[in-house]
Amino acid sequence: MESNVITLEVEKMMLTANGKLNLSVDTRIQTGEFVALFGLSGAGKTTLLRILSGLMKPDKGLVKFGDTVWFDSSRGINIPPQERNISFMFQDYALFPNMTVEENIHFAQPMKDNATALELLSIFGLSEFRKRKPGGLSGGQKQRVALARALARKPQLLLLDEPLSALDSGMRLTLQNEIYKAHQLLGATTIMVSHDLGEVFRLASHVLCIKKGQISKEGTPDEVFSDSSISGKVQITGQVARIAKQDTVNIVTVIAGGSQIIKVIAFDSDMEALNIGDNVLVFTKAFNPMLVKLMA
Amino acid sequence: MDAIFAETLWITCKFAVFTTLILIVVGLPLSYWLAYSKFRFKPLVEALVSMPMVLPPSVIGYYMLVAYSPRHWFGGWLLDTFNVRLAFTFEGILLASVIFSMPFMVQPLQNGLRALPDSLREASYTLGKSKMVTFLRVLVPNIKPSIITAIALTFAHSIGEFGIVLMVGGNMPGETKVASIAIYDEVQALNFAKANQYALILFSISLLLLTIIYSVNKKHDPWKAM
Repeated sequence: MESNVITLEVEKMMLTANGKLNLSVDTRIQTGEFVALFGLSGAGKTTLLRILSGLMKPDKGLVKFGDTVWFDSSRGINIPPQERNISFMFQDYALFPNMTVEENIHFAQPMKDNATALELLSIFGLSEFRKRKPGGLSGGQKQRVALARALARKPQLLLLDEPLSALDSGMRLTLQNEIYKAHQLLGATTIMVSHDLGEVFRLASHVLCIKKGQISKEGTPDEVFSDSSISGKVQITGQVARIAKQDTVNIVTVIAGGSQIIKVIAFDSDMEALNIGDNVLVFTKAFNPMLVKLMA
Repeated sequence: MDAIFAETLWITCKFAVFTTLILIVVGLPLSYWLAYSKFRFKPLVEALVSMPMVLPPSVIGYYMLVAYSPRHWFGGWLLDTFNVRLAFTFEGILLASVIFSMPFMVQPLQNGLRALPDSLREASYTLGKSKMVTFLRVLVPNIKPSIITAIALTFAHSIGEFGIVLMVGGNMPGETKVASIAIYDEVQALNFAKANQYALILFSISLLLLTIIYSVNKKHDPWKAM
């Protein structure tokens, strides 16, 4: 069973905007899963991803992919990123500006294989741009090239660092599908850093919530984000956009999926600790929709 | 154009071309190291490389002349091992010029490398490429404007080299007499017409090179357009 588990037991002192923070994580990830690292910025999500990729060295601990040791401080082992067979998709995409789209893909291939490159380009709708340099592409196109390039390496582990953070909501939705497609195409493990709840719900099969350098919660998105005692028929997650008081009740406006507006009536007792910007779950039990604050 | 005039220009040109070629070969790896190394004494190395920018050429020229002397271990070693004397030879002024023009090559390259986002290097590593492949296929092609600047600055600077050549090379016609020294020589001899010819050529070449640098830098907004 060890052979299909990623072992991650690491400690690393991080310097963040709010001072020092000790990242301390001890977890196992099943291979083949789509894992989301969820949490506020500065919590250590990207650091974990960089440790997995070998771009950053933990202070101590053990990182194993199946039976292969990638890092072991007790034995002084630190396999460089080149030998880990991973792909890392950066927030800024890190496309090579001197190469065309096609050359970026070729560069990533362990052995140059034109047929596969063309296939990847066509899957991601990039065929007509293959002779262009990254400078002449839109944000969404760059993101697709970065994904295609990440796949061209045929990695056993795909690491995505907030892959959609630079895009508008319409584009995000489309590209979330592309990412899911990429994950299925690869059949490997994907680990994605995100602080977008919708994204996590849509894509991930397993969520690790990172809070102040530690895993605060983990499980399926439903387990992590919602109270399982709720047996509602309809559940929608969104963000509180406005709270208006009318007589004895409050009208809470929730924005879901980027553009859907839901107005929910809530009593003062439901409003405890609910603020604008909170992630909430809107569910129906009887007649009126109700609200629950989501924990992360 | 008389023979001496042509010969002086030829030596000047050869001198600048060789200085630039040697410095590209030395400068690229050195600036890579300076851009990314975490070596504790790196600031000292950076300071040493930049010394020629602040020191008068006579200081470095003096030290080099001392080192070239067969009585010094370096000069002695050169003489014993290779039977080479560097003082007052073309090779001698070439070595001095390589050291003296080093910052003009290294600084633009180093700045160019530092301006590239780290993610480019890291992306290449995670795609399984070695540091060497990353350097040659990702980093170098993306600092082209810096490379052009470095080459043009080094070339222009070594074509106009005066002090260090005078210190280390003296004024040997056909060996170490370069145009800038010839100007000084001709003025001393009140030969203003000849001095003017040399000066005009140096002026034109330098103006041309600097214009190229500025137009290249204007055209390229390097990787940031990405």
